Amino acid sequence: MKRRVVVTGMGVFTELGTDVEGFYNNLLNGVSGISTIERFDTAEMSVKIAGEIKNFDPEKYFEKNEAKRLDRFTQYALIAAESAIKDCGLDLNSVDRDRFAVITASGIGGMETWQSNYKVMLEKGPRRVSPLFIPMMISDIAAGRISMKWDLKGPNYSVTSACASSGHAIGTAFRTIQYGDADFAICGGAEAVITDLAIAGFANMKALSTRNDEPQKASRPFDKDRDGFVMGEGSGMLILEEYEHAVKRGAKIYAEMAGIGFSGDAKDIVAPDPEGNGAKRAMLAAVADAGIKPEDIDHINTHGTSTPTGDCAETAGIKLAFGEHAYKIAINSTKSMTGHLLGAAGAIELIGTIKAVQTDTVHPTINLDNQDLPACDLNYTPNKFINRTVKYAISNTFGFGGHNASILVKKFEG
Amino acid sequence: MSVEQKVKEIIMDELGVDEAAVVPEASFINDLGADSLATVELVMKFEDEFDIKIEEDEAEKITTVGSAIDFIKKQLGE
Repeated sequence: MKRRVVVTGMGVFTELGTDVEGFYNNLLNGVSGISTIERFDTAEMSVKIAGEIKNFDPEKYFEKNEAKRLDRFTQYALIAAESAIKDCGLDLNSVDRDRFAVITASGIGGMETWQSNYKVMLEKGPRRVSPLFIPMMISDIAAGRISMKWDLKGPNYSVTSACASSGHAIGTAFRTIQYGDADFAICGGAEAVITDLAIAGFANMKALSTRNDEPQKASRPFDKDRDGFVMGEGSGMLILEEYEHAVKRGAKIYAEMAGIGFSGDAKDIVAPDPEGNGAKRAMLAAVADAGIKPEDIDHINTHGTSTPTGDCAETAGIKLAFGEHAYKIAINSTKSMTGHLLGAAGAIELIGTIKAVQTDTVHPTINLDNQDLPACDLNYTPNKFINRTVKYAISNTFGFGGHNASILVKKFEG
Repeated sequence: MSVEQKVKEIIMDELGVDEAAVVPEASFINDLGADSLATVELVMKFEDEFDIKIEEDEAEKITTVGSAIDFIKKQLGE
């Protein structure tokens, strides 16, 4: 018998905010977090912009010798996790920590650590490669570190499915509580790949926007003049909790987890199925899992990356899934402001989706000046947030490899 | 700087501990909070700082502040 699961804590660490309220206010107000890259020399790069977290000082959050043993992505994960744990108001000493799962995601893992150690090997030889290279770089280490920091001993692992990673992590955490393998879960994602090597790789795929002279206008999902996504970084973490437990302790409940839908495109290594069949199947699977009708969906927070093919394919998928009702759904893209956080995208975007369900607001898709008609003809909430009742909402994430994850949340009504 | 002082400073820096705790009998793992890999890092740091080579079977015996100082002194012919 499936148990009900609610969201009782959320934490973010992004350029647009390091607390959920500040982050969501920026989204509502259409603030862009995109800027010129300062972390490395971009002189030779075709792409010089990203959603880089400026002025990050790890020693503000960690002891010096702890900070240097954590890759940047794990630092982000631990900071967001701490916010989420504080936010949920749970006294960890009062719960059975064996029943607390940690399921995190990262699309890539410790890219900076990888690069710096390879440099050491080339310059000084293999004997000087750090013994911490592997345990700092592997993408599951954020889950391990979170468990060690708070002594959480339930199911513990990470999920990797490129840009869909945190969608899968959160969906899997939901199932873990639904089916009784844990009563609580901290889940989400973290990513930190604003490095020269990673940007060069993504740029050479022609995946990234080169609108270098107008960073804040570069991420423009569903707009005619979009030319690729903008790399972001950071972390989002959520606390999921079994419903009865949350109610009994009088927890603040943001929303209820209602359903998940996973699918595979089986088409291309990086391009989405242009017809949107995989996206459609993921969204409809989530609707079926929630036991509702497609017409019940009020809002979709899209994967909406600002790539020419991706936005059309997702729109096609939404229309396949919802038919005429697609035109009544308030749709948006968080990436228009944050850029694309890869394996953390699903987490921060689900946080935006949950705030929509909680507050009956839908944040805008910014830079949507000329909708790309006729392919992108839905209501993408251009440039200004709207107030509307949001009872059921979907957050989509799709990853290279053809991985699709849709998470469906429901307004909490007791 | 004496070998003792330099070893102590490396340990303080690597493990983030106070000088008062870095006594000869202090064990890296049991007393100074080192995890399973911190001792490997320490040995690499000693190799770098003193320009010596510490073989694996020797490195395994370096588990306390005192054993590190003694080994490095011996290597340096002090």
